[in-house]
Amino acid sequence: MFAYAMRRLGLGATIILVAMMILFSMIYLIPGDPASVALGPRATPEMIAELRSRMGLDDPVLVQFWNFVSSAVQGNLGVEALSGRPVLTVVMEQLPFTLAMVLCSITWAVLLGIPLGCIAAVKRGGFVDRVIGVLSVAVIAVPSFVVAIYALLLFAVHLKWLPAIGAGESGNLKSQLMALILPSLAVGLGWIGYIARLVRASMLETLEAGHIRTARAFGLPERWIIYNYALRIAILPTVTLLGVGIGHMLSSSVFAEIVFARPGIGKLVYEAISTRNYPLVTGAVLVTTAFFVLVNVLADLVIGLLDPRVRASFN
Amino acid sequence: MSSIRGSRGAEMTMTTDQNTPAPALDIDALSVSFATDGGTLHALKDVSFSVPKGRITGIVGESGCGKSTLINAILGLLADNGEVTGGAIRLGESADITKLTPRQMRDLRGLQISTVFQDPMGALNPVLSVGKQMRDIQYRSNLSKREKDARSVEMLRQVRIPDPEKRLTQYPHEFSGGMKQRVAIAMALMMRPQLLIADEPTTALDATLEVATIELLKELQQEIGCAVLFISHHLGVIAELCDDMIVMYAGEVVEQGSVRQIFRNPSHPYTRALLDCDPARLHERVKHLPTIPGTLPDLRNRPKGCVFQARCALAKPECGQPVTSVEVTPGHIARCIRTNEVTA
Repeated sequence: MFAYAMRRLGLGATIILVAMMILFSMIYLIPGDPASVALGPRATPEMIAELRSRMGLDDPVLVQFWNFVSSAVQGNLGVEALSGRPVLTVVMEQLPFTLAMVLCSITWAVLLGIPLGCIAAVKRGGFVDRVIGVLSVAVIAVPSFVVAIYALLLFAVHLKWLPAIGAGESGNLKSQLMALILPSLAVGLGWIGYIARLVRASMLETLEAGHIRTARAFGLPERWIIYNYALRIAILPTVTLLGVGIGHMLSSSVFAEIVFARPGIGKLVYEAISTRNYPLVTGAVLVTTAFFVLVNVLADLVIGLLDPRVRASFN
Repeated sequence: MSSIRGSRGAEMTMTTDQNTPAPALDIDALSVSFATDGGTLHALKDVSFSVPKGRITGIVGESGCGKSTLINAILGLLADNGEVTGGAIRLGESADITKLTPRQMRDLRGLQISTVFQDPMGALNPVLSVGKQMRDIQYRSNLSKREKDARSVEMLRQVRIPDPEKRLTQYPHEFSGGMKQRVAIAMALMMRPQLLIADEPTTALDATLEVATIELLKELQQEIGCAVLFISHHLGVIAELCDDMIVMYAGEVVEQGSVRQIFRNPSHPYTRALLDCDPARLHERVKHLPTIPGTLPDLRNRPKGCVFQARCALAKPECGQPVTSVEVTPGHIARCIRTNEVTA
């Protein structure tokens, strides 16, 4: 298991390095001179040249890339263009809001998607299966922002059960949780459908397996077979899907944070792009990429924990 | 021991006979059909035989002859579209088990009837340790976890798995095919069932392992004293292991008797064709291995009369009439109207 974990982590580090390379090339290739943007229209050529050399923009590309990577590894993502605060500090201030929302969305998706998928598989072909099937496809098809707006109208404006905007009072856990419900539902709703479909399909496949027949032939209770014997295997593709899904949810957080006026990485990136605050964009994207890679390494480790065959193939 | 059961009366005299104990498994005129898109598929028709206590009965037949359906019917694990349309299955002294509720049926499985399946690779759950699976099937006993594990170790030792304590913590992929099949046998016999169903347990193994597995099975069967229903398409294995045998074709029992009776005097044309096709019984080199021409009849429209007539070299117009079983010698029955004229 240790060797497996190390390999996964090594792969993760490589992916982050590649991501850095892509990010760096993008900044490098974007038209427009960051120094002249930072100094504004009335800057003299001397001032621009001076800032350029201070920002290291005159160095050769490889040196610039090396500086970028080495300082990023040390946690230095530069300072943001407008306020001059360190990018990492600004990003880390916003990150918890987004993480809380993504985590909450996954909770929705897992808590509803897995049982629905199991029920659909067990009642295959029946009325319940068909209802779950139609609902799953429906929630996958409806765009999240539509869900967000209608949920907002219904639960916040009309019924007044839940707050419409913001992240809740700081220090008040209940109010923060209440503020999480709607945005995370908007982001996670489609994923309930995805997971229900995936669990149903892999459950049906697993229930056909010979070892399930063996378990039945030994008279194990059906519920036990489904939840202890079949689900352990049927859940594996879902774990992988969730790892990938986190990336999708992170990008969905942009709209959710704007519609619900929540703080978070999505909103931060949106505002940074509107104000051409490139160091902030780079820093935020790098942090979310690292987070995404980390989650996928975690997903692989969880699969290794659940499936001894995967562990064995790496030893 | 077996009897022709044209009527219920004849059957009653059999079971009330003081001298003959009830067989471990008694199947009486069992019919099973499946609802399919193309119509009702009659997978088993009027299957009657019994497995006496403490004996091994083999079933032979080509793929699609209804062996698996028969096993699933006995276990109460027919697919959702399958249904027992007639007949009865009795286990020991019990009443007809086809009438039991799923819950009552489940109580028999693993306790009274155990099964070893064909594919040792797929028969064990790949993500649970062997110890956990062996512990789980003892869920009905009141033993502690440690006592259950001790039982598992003891069973593994009986099937000659080396280092059983360590093996319990391992996963199926860490076992070889032959070992997995021995684990499956250990699990099947752990609860000392009355009846063991072995569904081609050696087919997926290579020849040397096949012999070892069969010897092990025979040895354990004698120790436990259970009856065995052994399904195989390998005639040599049947001859080696079984006391009695049943030949099935297209969902019907075409011939039954002791292994000796059937191998010495195969009386149904299908049995004879099957024996002729066994490569082990060829005495000279042939260019092409013998086969039985033709294919299985469509089970949705079963032929009237004999089910084998379309492929039978001896068929005549009378074969289209309803078939009656013919007793060749006591206990040896063939379902062919020409039995006596052919064997005589």
